[in-house]
Amino acid sequence: MPALVLPISIFVMLRALALILIAALAAPTNASTLERGNGAEPDTLDAHRAQSLGAFNVLRDLYDGLVAEDADGALVPGLAEAWRVSTDRRVWTFTLGADARWSDGRPLVARDVVASFRRALDPATLAPYSNLLAPIANATAIGAGRAPAKALGIAALDARTVLVILDRPAPLDRLMTLPIAFIVDVDAAVRLGARHTRAGNLISNGAYRLVDWQPQTEITLERNRFYRDADKVAIERVRWHATEDPASELKRFIAGDLDITDSVPPGNFEALKARFGAQLRIAPLYGTFYFGFNLRRAPFAAAPKLREALSLAIDRDILTRHVTGFGEAPAYGLVPPGMSDYPAPVAPAALMTQSARVARARTLYAEAGYGAERPLTTEIRYNTSRPHRRLALSVAAMWRETLGVKTRLVNEEWKVFVVNRRAGRVTEVFRGTWIADYADPMSFLETFRSGQPLNVSGYDDPAFDALLDRASAAGGARARMTLLGEAEARLNAAHAILPVYHYTSKQLVAPRVRGFVANPLDRQPTRFLSLTDDVR
Amino acid sequence: MIRRIAGRLLEALLTLWLLVTLTFVLLKAAPGGPFDAERDVPPEIAQNLARAFDLDQPLVTQYARYLARVARGDLGPSFQYPDFSVGELIAAGLPITLLTGSLALALALLVGTALGAWAGWRAGAASDRALSLIAALGVSVPKFVAAPLLILVVAVWLDWLPAGGWGTWQHAVLPVIALALPNMAVVTRLMRSATIETLDSDFVRAARARGAEGLDLFVGDVLRPAFAPVLAYTAPALIAVLTGSTVVEQVFGIPGIGRYFVQGALNRDYTLVLGVALVAGVLIVAVNVVVDALRAVLDPRLVDSSRG
Repeated sequence: MPALVLPISIFVMLRALALILIAALAAPTNASTLERGNGAEPDTLDAHRAQSLGAFNVLRDLYDGLVAEDADGALVPGLAEAWRVSTDRRVWTFTLGADARWSDGRPLVARDVVASFRRALDPATLAPYSNLLAPIANATAIGAGRAPAKALGIAALDARTVLVILDRPAPLDRLMTLPIAFIVDVDAAVRLGARHTRAGNLISNGAYRLVDWQPQTEITLERNRFYRDADKVAIERVRWHATEDPASELKRFIAGDLDITDSVPPGNFEALKARFGAQLRIAPLYGTFYFGFNLRRAPFAAAPKLREALSLAIDRDILTRHVTGFGEAPAYGLVPPGMSDYPAPVAPAALMTQSARVARARTLYAEAGYGAERPLTTEIRYNTSRPHRRLALSVAAMWRETLGVKTRLVNEEWKVFVVNRRAGRVTEVFRGTWIADYADPMSFLETFRSGQPLNVSGYDDPAFDALLDRASAAGGARARMTLLGEAEARLNAAHAILPVYHYTSKQLVAPRVRGFVANPLDRQPTRFLSLTDDVR
Repeated sequence: MIRRIAGRLLEALLTLWLLVTLTFVLLKAAPGGPFDAERDVPPEIAQNLARAFDLDQPLVTQYARYLARVARGDLGPSFQYPDFSVGELIAAGLPITLLTGSLALALALLVGTALGAWAGWRAGAASDRALSLIAALGVSVPKFVAAPLLILVVAVWLDWLPAGGWGTWQHAVLPVIALALPNMAVVTRLMRSATIETLDSDFVRAARARGAEGLDLFVGDVLRPAFAPVLAYTAPALIAVLTGSTVVEQVFGIPGIGRYFVQGALNRDYTLVLGVALVAGVLIVAVNVVVDALRAVLDPRLVDSSRG
């Protein structure tokens, strides 16, 4: 084949040239097409295998979960028109809408839902996020290959009723909005294999259907006329453009080629604000930037006072105002503010003045056995990126100034960083980040469970784990939230991490786009948007 | 003759094998793997992924299986983009890279040769000095500066062309210019010095003595020998525009294969990097063969010894 590539390519090249010339004659702009930046190329359009944010964006247009989110992020009916949960919160019953259909017009029935969930959890599917559905009965055993996918705690009671049984209580309605819970056409996936996600093959069930996929360029979707709310979907067509480089994406937005960007280049917030005014949308995001301490080795193992000293020594107001600068909120705990019904614990440091924090930091530093004669020497490790470097530099400078800590900055290429961070053999202080999968404190707290692969600090507190277990088992939603709050308070008090700030989402939205509402999970399905002519 | 062709072919195959082997070793030596990410996948899934992609096998087995697959014409599935095979990704991207690359080189040769010849012909004049300065600038300004600048001026300020993306001929204009600029500058400088040198040579003096002058002299006696160094530069330049288009493709958001060199390596997409390296290797070998042949045709010392 390599020998054939050249002649074939020349042929295809000539064909591409001809197509370009033909396309040039046709009018390229379409008033009812929304042009959206999507960051890096989506990894896959198989909802169960997808991992990238770019894939999730497109999948949210293509699919509906049993439960969906409205423009504000509140839960609303999706493929299921109604659902109810037993008092112990372990048995969920979903009733599919009578109008639930695939994008080819076939009715979507309970059997399809069951098949899709079994596929998502079957280890042969290679779904990287299947553990998000771990609360479903037997999911863990199936994932480990100890039980067949048929053993999953889900059943079709009749054509429109799906019963889901959980091993432990969980916010299943929230989980249903994740791509891993989207209803994939399993017959097509089996029949066509990896090709089932191609345009022409992919049958979905959301507001849009796939009409074209040019890898590394754009994915074009058109309104799905079989969608239950098709008459409420205003935009006929949406093109998701691969926009890997935020600086180039910004230029494409300025040139009018994009209506909504995926992001904005890091750096000058003031200049962007001055130039774009209300087109620049900044909103709180359920995400936290923190520095993790490696709790498995010196100098941070069994040194809570030292960790607390380092945490108190940094001025988060300066960092968020002058270093990150996009309206981020200073963070003193892991879980971002704004989770509904969550009694967020208040970290004592949050209530102190910076000078009080510095004084306390010096005391703790001395109590931990460090001082001018015996300064702490450590490192901050992060993946190579200018914003990360700026932040690490600033933190190191603050540590030096208030405590005299000597800090080495170590930047590593992404894969190297991830491997080192997980192995925990060389790391001391490292960049950590968590963006919520669903609007619930558990999405954050679970990553610090002992033995969890995501727990890269090596935080190991049986009492913390027990609180999470009790929260999971709690019957009432309020009791659950109270226990989660206690768990977070423990984690924060242990100073296992050094929280720095809570993220914001940053996008540019053209004036002709209407209906764009910021929400803390930063999910903006196209079906809630519309285009207007009276601006341009 | 057949012996020579067979020898060349064997040489090419050996080169490609070495290339694949070296790339394979380097890729496997790099820390981290295709499935290391911010969020680790569950261990059972990780095992299945490793099995599905042969990563659970010893390196020698992986290598042997890969070679066997390539020999059958299958470049394998992509690790990063499981919906596509590497063959499909390359088949989609290569024509675009070839198109922009060859157009860029053609533009560079055309404009560079003309400018260089003009500057050399009028060496020392103000126009020559200005051109030399611009050419020096063109050589030294990197593409990651020139490309965004082009977008800013032509697409954002003047609004003549799209700022990025792919689909119509307008989308190709700026990337082709951005790719051509540095080569254009090099060609200009090469052509200028070759022109000056040729004008100073004995056979041109002889031609002048015969009464040739102006355009006749230039086209008849100067152009071809002066073009020889430019032609020698064509092969590396073509290879450079084909394999070095990463920056331009990324800045303009063009779906060529250039980005796979960098992206594939960063993602540890082993099969994609190997596939792209192999295709680039085939291109490089092919280009070298063609250019060697062309040089033999154009070099007056080899072809037309009776002249000059």
